[in-house]
Amino acid sequence: MDIIHTDVLIIGGGLAGQRAAIGARRRGLDPIILSLVPAKRSHSAAAQGGMQASLGNCTGGAGDNEDVHFADTVHGSDWGADQEVVRMFAHTAPKAIRELAGWGVPWNRVARGEHEVVVDGKMQAMEERDAAHGLITARNFGGTAKWRACYVSDGTGHAMLYTLSNRAIAEGIPVHERMEAIALICDGERCCGAVVRNLANGKLLAYTARATCIATGGFGRIYRVSTNAIINEGMGAAIALETGIARLANMEAVQFHPTAIFPAGILVTEGCRGDGGLLLDGAEHRFMPDYEPQKKELASRDVVSRCMEQHIAAGHGASSRFGEHLWLDIRLLGSEHIDTRLREVKEICRYFLGVDPAHELIPVRPAQHYSMGGIRTDSSGQSPHLSGLFAAGEAACWDMHGFNRLGGNSVAEAVVAGMIVGESIADFCASPAGDLRVSSALVADACAAQARELEAIAEQRGKESVYDLTLAMQDTMTARVGIFRDGDNLATAVEELAQLQARARAIGLRSNAPGANPELVAAYRLRRMLKLAQCVALGALQRTESRGAHFRADYPRRDDARWLRRTLCHWDGGERPQIDYEALDVMRMELPPGWRGYGAKDYLPHPDTEQRQRQVDELAQRYSDNREQRQEALMPFLHLLPAHLRAPNQRLEDTP
Amino acid sequence: MTEAAKNAGARELEFAILRHNPADPDSVPREQVFTLHEAAGMTLFIALNELRQHQDASLQFDFVCRAGICGSCGMLINGRPGLACRTLTADLPRRIQLAPLPGFELIGDLSVNTGKWMRGMSERLETWVHDQALEQLDIDALEQPMEPEQAEAIYELERCIECGCCVGACGSAMMHEDFVGAVGLNQIARFRLDPRDKREDADYYALVGDESGVFGCMTLLGCEDVCPKDLPLATQIAFLRRRMTAAVIARG
Ligand SMILES: Cc1cc2nc3c(=O)[nH]c(=O)nc-3n(C[C@H](O)[C@H](O)[C@H](O)COP(=O)(O)OP(=O)(O)OC[C@H]3O[C@@H](n4cnc5c(N)ncnc54)[C@H](O)[C@@H]3O)c2cc1C
Repeated sequence: MDIIHTDVLIIGGGLAGQRAAIGARRRGLDPIILSLVPAKRSHSAAAQGGMQASLGNCTGGAGDNEDVHFADTVHGSDWGADQEVVRMFAHTAPKAIRELAGWGVPWNRVARGEHEVVVDGKMQAMEERDAAHGLITARNFGGTAKWRACYVSDGTGHAMLYTLSNRAIAEGIPVHERMEAIALICDGERCCGAVVRNLANGKLLAYTARATCIATGGFGRIYRVSTNAIINEGMGAAIALETGIARLANMEAVQFHPTAIFPAGILVTEGCRGDGGLLLDGAEHRFMPDYEPQKKELASRDVVSRCMEQHIAAGHGASSRFGEHLWLDIRLLGSEHIDTRLREVKEICRYFLGVDPAHELIPVRPAQHYSMGGIRTDSSGQSPHLSGLFAAGEAACWDMHGFNRLGGNSVAEAVVAGMIVGESIADFCASPAGDLRVSSALVADACAAQARELEAIAEQRGKESVYDLTLAMQDTMTARVGIFRDGDNLATAVEELAQLQARARAIGLRSNAPGANPELVAAYRLRRMLKLAQCVALGALQRTESRGAHFRADYPRRDDARWLRRTLCHWDGGERPQIDYEALDVMRMELPPGWRGYGAKDYLPHPDTEQRQRQVDELAQRYSDNREQRQEALMPFLHLLPAHLRAPNQRLEDTP
Repeated sequence: MTEAAKNAGARELEFAILRHNPADPDSVPREQVFTLHEAAGMTLFIALNELRQHQDASLQFDFVCRAGICGSCGMLINGRPGLACRTLTADLPRRIQLAPLPGFELIGDLSVNTGKWMRGMSERLETWVHDQALEQLDIDALEQPMEPEQAEAIYELERCIECGCCVGACGSAMMHEDFVGAVGLNQIARFRLDPRDKREDADYYALVGDESGVFGCMTLLGCEDVCPKDLPLATQIAFLRRRMTAAVIARG
C-alpha cells in the first residue's frame, strides 16, 4: 500500500481546485491536486457564456458595482443564500477577474464607438465610451440588472481553466491525474486525507494531508438529461456524506437550464439570450413576454425553465420524432456575431444537430444543469462539522446561490472561493488544529475497508446490471424530482431510490478485467450516487414550499415563515439520509425577503421581515452618504475576507 | 436530405476495435469486431457506450464533456484522428475501425495518456505568461487595457483543447518522440502574440529552435487537416519558423 503525505490534498482540478491550490502554494504549503481526468478536461472547461464581475466598463454595465451584483444574486437565490457570503463574493469577483487578466485570460474587450446590438428583439445602436476602450467588456445575462458577464467569446471556462492550470504548472503544483478519491480518512473528529483509486491500473493508495479540500464539481449525472460532463457524478459530495460527520446542504436545490439542445442535452449558453436571442414555440411565437412581461427571456433560469415546460404542457411545443421541444432563435444576431461571440454554439449546432444557427432555429428544452447544494461549509470554506475538511466550487454549499444560481456566477464563485479557501487552508495549517498526527493503523484500516468493498462488489455475482440500475435512477430523478415536483411523485421517488439501493447490492459484474475496469467503477459510484439522489429526493419531499429552482406544484408559494431554512443532510450509516435544518436569520439580512422582480409575486412573509425592513430603511437613510458606514451598520462582511482581499475595487469613474 | 439523415436507422454497423489491456499480463493487441444496430443521431459516444453496456463491459475509452469541448476522446476513426463524441456514425461507412491515438502511452483499448504528454509539453515550453511584474499584480486597480482585436487574436490560438489529434496525425511526431507537435508550437505562437508575456524571440528560440521544435516539422500538414478546432496550425508554424530563423540570425 502506497501512502503519500502532503500538506494539502485538493480533490478536483477544475477552477476551484486549481485556484485553491495556487493560494495554498503561495503561502508556502505543498499541495497535491487529484483529478479523475487530465485537469484541463475538468468540466469547468465547458463553461461557455461568461463570468460575472461588476467591472462596469461597458455601456450596458455602466453604474454597476458590488451592491447591484449582491442584490441580483440574492434575488436570484430567492433569499436562500447566505448574504454575508454573497457580499464576500461580489466584493472579490472583480479582483478575481483582474487576476485572471494578469495571468493571461484573453477577455473580450470594450471597443470604443457605436455598435449595433440586439435588445428585446430589435436592433439598436449602443455607444461605448472612449475611456473604456480596451478594458474588459461584458454581456447581458439572465436575472441581472446590468451587463456583467465578462467573457472570452463563448469559450470562457476553457480560457479560464487553461490559464489557471498553466499558472499552477508554473508554480510546480503536481496534479495526480486519473486518481479518484473513494473515501475520506477520518478519525471521528478530523479529516486526515483520502483513500484513492488509480483509474489507470485499478490500484488503491492513500494520501494523508493536514487539510483536505473537496472541489469535485456537481452531481448532475444522477439525472437522465443533463448538460453536465459524464464525470459529474458527485463523488466528492458523496464521500463527505459517507463520513457520517460532514453535512450536505440544500441538496434539493437543483438547477435546470432553459437551453439544452434537444434531445442530446448539450448546453448552448445563456449568452445566446443575453446577446438578444429569443425563445419561440411550435408556432414560432415569442412566448416569454406572455409569462414574464418585464424580464422576458432574461428572467432567472428557474423561472424561464418553468415557463417553457408549462408552455409545452399547454400544447405549444414543436414536435420531433424524439418528442416535444421549443426553439431558440439567434438568427437575428447575424452571422458575424455568431462567428465571433458564439463560436462553440455554432460548432455544437453543426455537429450535433446539423443546424446552422445563423439561418435555422435551434431545438431546445430545459435540462439539469447545476447543483446549488453540496458540502456545507462556513464562510471560510471549512466544514463546520468535520475539522480539516474544506470544500470549494460547485461541490460546496458555501451558500452564495441559495435556491437558484445566476448564470455567470458559478465560474466566478469557483475562482473566488478558491482564492478565499486557499487562504483559509493556509491559516488552518498554521494553527494548532492544522497539525496532523495520523496513525498508520487508521490509514491502513481505511484502505482495507475500501479494498473489501471493491472485492465484495466484484464477487457478489448478482443478476442486476449496473448500467440498467443507473438508468433507472436517472429516469426516476428526471421524471419525479425534476422541474415540477409534487408530494406523490417525490414520495414514490424516495421509495424507488431505496429499492434501487437494495438492488444495487445484487449487481453482477460481467467483466473482471484487471486494471481500470470501467464496469467496477460504475458499480461503486452508483451506490454513492444513489445516496446523493436520496438526499435530493427526500429534501424535496420534506420542503413543502416553492423556492427558486425547487418548485412544488402542491405548494406553489414561497413560505418564508416556515422555510427560510437551509436543509442539512447527513448519513449515519442507516438506509436513509437524516435531515435537519438551520434557520436563516432575517434580522441579520442586508436585504430582507421580498419580490424578486420576476417570477411569482405572492409569498408567505417571515414574521421578522417587516421589522427588519424598517431597520434597514432607517440605517440606509442615516448613512445615505457613506457607503462604508452603511455597510457596517447593515451587515459587516469585510472582516470575513482575507486581509489582502479587503480593499475597494477601482472603477473607471474612480480614476482621475 | 443530408448523408446523415439518409443512413439513419437502416444499418447494422460493424465496429472493428483495437483492444489491448496493458494491466493484464495475458493481453495481446488484437482487433475485436462488434455489430450494433444504428440509431438516429448516433454518435461514437453513444455507440461505444452501448457496446460497453450490452456487449463487452471491459471496453475502455475516455469521454468527459461529450460535446466536443474537452478534448478527451481523440482516437483513430477509420485511420484518421478525430473526436469520437461529435462524430456521427451516419457520416461513416458501415464498417468502422477504431484504434487508440498513436504517439501517446496506452492506458487500455481506446484510452491513451494525453494528459501526461500535455503536462510535459506545458512544463517544457513554459506555457504561461512570463512577467516579473506579476509578483506585484494589483488586483484592486483597473486592468491593463488591451486592443479588442488583439484579445480576439489570442483567443483564436487559445482555443486549442489539447486533444492530441495533431500529434496522432503528425509524421514528425512519429519519428521523433520528443517533437513538441503542432499543439506545442501553437502554444508558443499564442504566448508570443500575447503582450502580457515579456519573453522575447531569443527566449522562444531556446525552447523550440531545434529539431524537437519548429525545425522538426516536415510541413506534411496532417495537423491542420485533423484539428477539430480548425486552428491555423500550418500558418502559425511557418510564421514561427521564420521568426525563429530571424532570431538566430539576429543573434549571429
Ligand atoms: C455546459 C455548461 C456550461 C456552463 N457555463 C457556465 C458559464 O458560462 N458561466 C458560469 O458561471 N458557469 C457555467 N457553468 C457552471 C460552471 O462551469 C461550473 O459550475 C464550474 O466550472 C465548476 O467548477 P469546479 O471547479 O467546482 O468543478 P469542475 O470544473 O467540475 O471540476 C471538478 C474536478 O474534480 C475532479 N473530481 C471529481 N470527483 C473526483 C474524485 N472523486 N476524485 C478526484 N477528483 C475528482 C474532476 O476530475 C475535476 O477535475 C456551466 C456548466 C455547464 C455544465
